[in-house]
Amino acid sequence: MSNQYRTSNSKGLINKEKIINFTFNGSSYQGYEGDTLASALIANGVHLIGRSFKYHRPRGFLGVGVEEPNAMVQLHEGDRSEPNIMATEVELVEGLKAKSQNCWPSVKFDIGEINNLLNRFFPAGFYYKTFMWPKSFWFKVYEPIIRKAAGMGVAPLSPDPDRYEHNYEHCDVLVVGSGPSGLSSALAAAKNGARVILAEDKAHFGGSLLNDDVTIGNMSGREWASDVISQLKSMPNVVVKNRSQVFGYYDHNMTVMFERVSDHIENPSKYTPRQRLHYIRAGEVIVSTGSIERPISFGNNDRPGIFLSSAAREYMKVYETLVGKKPIIFTNNDSAYATALEFLRNDIKPIIVDTRDSSEGQLVKEVQGHGIAVRFNSGVANTKGHLKIKSATIGTLDGQKENFISLEEVECDCICMSGGWTPTVHLSSQAGNKLKFNEDIDAYVPDKKRQKETAIGSANGAFTLNQSLAEGFQVGFELSNKFTSNNIKTDVPTSNEPDQKPHEKLWCMPLPNGQKPKRFIDFQNDVAVSDVELALREGFRSIEHVKRYTTLGMAGDQGKTSNLNGLQYVSNIEKKIVPEVGHTTFRPPYTPVTIGTIVGREVGNHYLPTRKTPIHTWHEEHNAVFVAVGLWVRPRYYPRGTETMNDAVNREAANVRKNVGICDVTTLGKIDIKGPDAPEFLNRVYTNAWLKLPVGKARYGVMLREDGMVFDDGTTSRLSENHFHMTTTTAQAANVLSHLEYYLQVVWPDLDVNVLSTTEQWAGIAIAGPKSRELLAKLFPSIDVSNESLPFMGLVDAKLGDIPARIYRISFSGELAYEVNVESNYGLHLWKKIMETGSEFGVQPYGTEALATLRIEMGHVAGPELDGRTIPYDIGLNGMVSQNKDFIGKRSLSKDAFISEDRQTIVGLVPVDKKSKIPEGSHLVVDDKAPTPIPKLGHVSSSCWSVEYNNPFSIAILKDGKKQIGKKLIAVCPLKDISVPVEVVSSHYVDPKGERVRS
Amino acid sequence: MLEIKCPYCGKRSQNEFSYGGDGNIKRPALGAEISTKDWDDFVYFRDNPRGRHTELWHHVSGCRQWFKASRDTATHEIFSTCKMNEDFNE
Ligand SMILES: [Zn+2]
Repeated sequence: MSNQYRTSNSKGLINKEKIINFTFNGSSYQGYEGDTLASALIANGVHLIGRSFKYHRPRGFLGVGVEEPNAMVQLHEGDRSEPNIMATEVELVEGLKAKSQNCWPSVKFDIGEINNLLNRFFPAGFYYKTFMWPKSFWFKVYEPIIRKAAGMGVAPLSPDPDRYEHNYEHCDVLVVGSGPSGLSSALAAAKNGARVILAEDKAHFGGSLLNDDVTIGNMSGREWASDVISQLKSMPNVVVKNRSQVFGYYDHNMTVMFERVSDHIENPSKYTPRQRLHYIRAGEVIVSTGSIERPISFGNNDRPGIFLSSAAREYMKVYETLVGKKPIIFTNNDSAYATALEFLRNDIKPIIVDTRDSSEGQLVKEVQGHGIAVRFNSGVANTKGHLKIKSATIGTLDGQKENFISLEEVECDCICMSGGWTPTVHLSSQAGNKLKFNEDIDAYVPDKKRQKETAIGSANGAFTLNQSLAEGFQVGFELSNKFTSNNIKTDVPTSNEPDQKPHEKLWCMPLPNGQKPKRFIDFQNDVAVSDVELALREGFRSIEHVKRYTTLGMAGDQGKTSNLNGLQYVSNIEKKIVPEVGHTTFRPPYTPVTIGTIVGREVGNHYLPTRKTPIHTWHEEHNAVFVAVGLWVRPRYYPRGTETMNDAVNREAANVRKNVGICDVTTLGKIDIKGPDAPEFLNRVYTNAWLKLPVGKARYGVMLREDGMVFDDGTTSRLSENHFHMTTTTAQAANVLSHLEYYLQVVWPDLDVNVLSTTEQWAGIAIAGPKSRELLAKLFPSIDVSNESLPFMGLVDAKLGDIPARIYRISFSGELAYEVNVESNYGLHLWKKIMETGSEFGVQPYGTEALATLRIEMGHVAGPELDGRTIPYDIGLNGMVSQNKDFIGKRSLSKDAFISEDRQTIVGLVPVDKKSKIPEGSHLVVDDKAPTPIPKLGHVSSSCWSVEYNNPFSIAILKDGKKQIGKKLIAVCPLKDISVPVEVVSSHYVDPKGERVRS
Repeated sequence: MLEIKCPYCGKRSQNEFSYGGDGNIKRPALGAEISTKDWDDFVYFRDNPRGRHTELWHHVSGCRQWFKASRDTATHEIFSTCKMNEDFNE
C-alpha cells in the first residue's frame, strides 16, 4: 500500500495525475509531482530518516523547509552523490535515490545508538574534556573513532559532473521572500517603476498565504498570491525567481542568491546548469523572510513523528499529506489551532494540549465548536516509541507551571508543537543590523540598520496579515521612490484573518516526577536542556561561550529552531531577561550552498585564464611538453622519439652552445614608455644610469622596491629621444606596470611620461648560439648584422619581406644571441621562417628547461634568485648600482644590515662526485650529522645539468659566499632525504669573462 | 564585495580594483638626506586606524588610474573618492 497518509479534503499544490517513483534506503516508493522527498516519504508512512549526530537517536522530520534540523539524507549515487541534504528541500523527481546517513549498519539497527545509553560520557564540552589525555591518543584513537561515529554524509571522490554558473545582477529593490509582505512590497515597488528582483526559496510563491485561511480583497490568500505573481511576471522591470535562496548579505548591499535551476527536472537539457549563483548588487534590500516556528522542550521531544505544528499544516495544505492520524497538538499560542482545524477538515480529531490557562482566540473557539475539549494548563511531559512515537505522557501543570500535578499516558502517532514564532532576522543581522529584543513576541527583531536593508512583515515581528500588507505596500513604495520619479502609490487591499490571543512565555516543560528524559533544544547537534544547565553550572556565562561549549546552534541549520529556546533557557536559569543574555552572531550562508555553485565555471582549465603565444600551435604540432608560467603556457622541452626530459633538455641546451637554438620569449613583459621625462623616469626606476643611453641601444636594468630588495630586471631600449621599450620578467610583468603607474600617478605626477603594456602586441623569438649571426644574416639579407654594425646591446629595425621587425642583440643564454620582435600576428610566420632558414645551421627549438640550464651555467639570475629577499649585492649585481644618483630603494641599501660583509651572496655549487644532482631548495650546512638545529649557511636556488662540463651545477645563496669559494659543504634536502657533498665555485661557471655575448 | 566609485569610470565592483595602502604616505624627496629612522618609518610603518582612513586604490582592471578613497575600516563605508590631484569633496 502506498500513499496511505494522504489527506481526503485538503486542496494542495501536488498533481496526483503524475506519479513519481523514487527509492529510500533501497526500497521503492511512489509520490506525486509537486511532492518534496519529505512529503512523499511521510505520505508513505516513512518517518525514520536518520540518526542524530551525537547519540545516534532515531530521528524523523521536524519541519517542512529550511528549518529542518534532522532529516538530512545522502542523495543520488556515484559522482553525483551528495551528502547532508535536507529532505524537506528536495523536490521529487523520477528515479531519485536517497538514503539515510550517520547510521551503521542500518537506520533501524544502529550500533552507534550505544552512545545514547552511554550518554553520561557525552555531556556538554565532551570534546574538550574526554579526549584530552593522553595526548598521543588523539590522532590514533580518539579522532578516528569520533570521526566514524559522528560522521555526517559521505562526499563523492570523483569530480562533480554537473555544470554550475555565476550571474551578476543589479536592481533597485531586491525583495527576499514572497509571503504577504514580500509580495506587496514587490508589487508596490514594481508599479512605481523600480527595477525589482523577487526571490523565493520554495517552488511555490506565497509563503504563509499558502497555509493560512485568510482573504485579501475578494480572493483567498493563495489566489491573491498567484494573482500578484502573474502581475509581476508580466512587468518588464521585474525578475521573479523561485527555488532561489538569498543566503548571504555582504558589504555595500551585495547579496548572494543560490538558484536550484534543474535539480527538479528529470532530464535537463545539455547545457542547463544544475544550480546558479547570483551576485545581486541591490539599491535597497527588503527582508521579507518571514518567521520560523519555535519548538517546545519536553521529555524525548525528538522522536520521529514530532513536528512543528506549522510544518504539519503545510504538509496537509500544500502536499496533501498527513503527518499522522492520531495527532496531539501541543502549543503555547493560538496559531497551532489552525493546524487542528486542518486535521478536522480531514475528519481527524486531534488532542489539544495548551499550556495557557485559557484563550478566547477566534481559532480556539472554532476548534471548540467542533466539539473538541482543549486541555488548557497542560503540557507534554514525555513520549514513548523507539523508532516512531507511540504515546505521550500528558499532565496538568501546577500554578507556577514548574511541576506536573497529574500525568496520563495517551496514544498518538504524531505531536504537532508550537512555541510561537521567531522572525527570520539572519539577513538583516548579516547586513550589520543591531537587533533588539521585542518582549511582545519574545524574539529579536531588526533595529538599527547599517546598510540599505529594511525588514518587513513577520521578519520584522509583524505577525498579522493586516500589518504585513500595510508594511509591504508602504515600504515598497517609499524605497522605490528613491529610484524613480513616478510617485505611483498602490492601494493596500482589505484583508480578513482570524484574531489571535497572546502566547504564553513557556518553552520548556518540567520533568515528570522521578524521570530524567532528555529534553532537546538543538536537534541537529543533540543539545539538551541538561547540557545547557551543565555549562552554566561549570561557570560559562557569555552566551557565545555557552554556544561553543555545548555546540548549541553551531550545526548546519545555524540554530534556526534552537537559538531562542537556548537563550530563553539560559535567561531563565540566570534569572535575567533575554536581551541581557544577548544573542550569538548570524553568519552566511543562511542555508547550505553546494561547493559547485560557489565555484561555478571556474573549474579545471577555467580556474584561471590561459595565455598562449601566437606560436603555440607550432609548439603543439612539434611535440612540445608544456609548463604553466603564471597564466602563460610555455613549451618546457620538445622530446624526440624515446627521449626522456633530461635527454631532450640536454640536447636542446647543447645545441645552443654548439650551433643555434630558438626560443619563444613572447611571454616576457613589454612596456612602451614615452614622454619628454622618460629618461629621467627610468633613471629613478632603475639602479643604473639611463640619461645617456644612446638612441638605438639597449641596456640591462635592475629595479628595486623601496625596501632595497630586487624587484625585477630586464633589458630596456631607447627607440628614439623620448621613446623606450622596456622588457620585464614574465612573472612580474603586471606588477612592474602597476609599479610604474604608481610612481607616475602618485609619487611624481610632475613627470611627463606615459606607460602602456605592449606584451600582447609583440611576438618575441630569441635566436641564440654561435651560429645565430649566420642565421640572422640569411634571414635579413638587407641588414648588416656584423659585430661592428650590430654590437652587443645594439638594435636595428628591419623587414622580413614586408613585415616590420626589430632585432635586438641581447642574450640571456650567455651565447652570441639576438631577439627578434614582430607584431604578434606575424609571430608564427617568423618562427617558421627561422626554422626553415636555420636548418642548414642545425637550428632547434628549446624550451624553458634548456633556457634555465643555459642561464644557470652562466650564473645569470632569475626568479629563484629574485625572491624578494635579495639586494643587488647578494646576487652579484652591485656593479649595476649607481653611486651618482638617487633611485627607488637606494636609501635602504646603506642601512647597516645591507652593508654587512657577511651577507648571503650568490655562488656556484658542483657535487664532489660530479654526478649527484643537487635538489633545488636544499639547505647548505657544514655537517649534516650535527645535532639539530643544524646551522644553515644558505640554500640552493637553481639547479641544472651543465651541458658545458657534463656534470650537475647549481646556483646557491650562501652566507659570506665570496669567501667560501673552494670550500666543501653539504647540500641537505630533508624532503627527499638526500645529502650531497658539494664544492663551492664561482656562479659564473661558463664563460666567466662574458666573451661569447660580445663575439 | 565593496562597490567603489572610480573618479574616472564610476561605480564598479571591488574585483576590478587593487588596494594600494595608506594614502597619507609621502615619499621622501629624491636625493634628500634622511635618517634611517625616518626612512624606516616611510618604508615599513603604517597606522592601522579603526574608522576613517585615507587610502589608495588602483583601477587595475579598468582605466588603470590610481586614486584616493576615504573609507571606514570598521564598517567599509566609503565616504568619498577623488583623483590623486584632488581633495575629498565632502
Ligand atoms: Zn577607472
